[in-house]
Amino acid sequence: MSEIKKFMFVNRKAPYGTIYALESLEVVLITAAFDQDVSLAFVDDGVYQLKKGQQTKGIETKNFSPTYRALEDYDVEKLYVMKESLDARGLSEDDMVVPVTVLSGAEMGALMDQQDVVLSF
Amino acid sequence: MNSALETCLNVASGGEILLIEDAVYAATIGSAFEARLREALGKFKIYVLQPDLDARGMGDRLIAGVTTVDYGGFVDLTITNNSCQSWL
Repeated sequence: MSEIKKFMFVNRKAPYGTIYALESLEVVLITAAFDQDVSLAFVDDGVYQLKKGQQTKGIETKNFSPTYRALEDYDVEKLYVMKESLDARGLSEDDMVVPVTVLSGAEMGALMDQQDVVLSF
Repeated sequence: MNSALETCLNVASGGEILLIEDAVYAATIGSAFEARLREALGKFKIYVLQPDLDARGMGDRLIAGVTTVDYGGFVDLTITNNSCQSWL
């Protein structure tokens, strides 16, 4: 078995308007399937991905927000949300669809420094 | 967020504004654009596409004074206005 690396996926885009959020989720699941150490960071508009109450029937697009709740089944349990990004959008931890760890920008930066691989979406 | 809405508001002298897709976030309480949008409400009628608001889970935090429309309402707006300009 090859060594386990620390992967961080940095999500900075809102869901649905572009394909980035969904593509990130796909790669997260693939990476987790290879038994890697996966964490997800939600920064800037990326925090909108975790907003509770998404109802996509009207735009005839798959609602992928429930997938974040399934991540723990893939042993992906490290979800970090940047506080400044929540604040700037009138959101709070209570608005998130899954339990998350809220970090300051400085704390987020420190965590990024610890990664072997950082992938941006 | 890009500068499309900011430029639209600075350039437009009248007419109606419909926010679709990710632009709907600008019409939500707590967004960085809230103050600018409230100010613009004095000058323009502003609409958001309800299905885009619902998809993003933001239906319960629309700024008061902004009007929601469905796809049929979107079509009506393209008819009742002389021209239609997309701010990509």
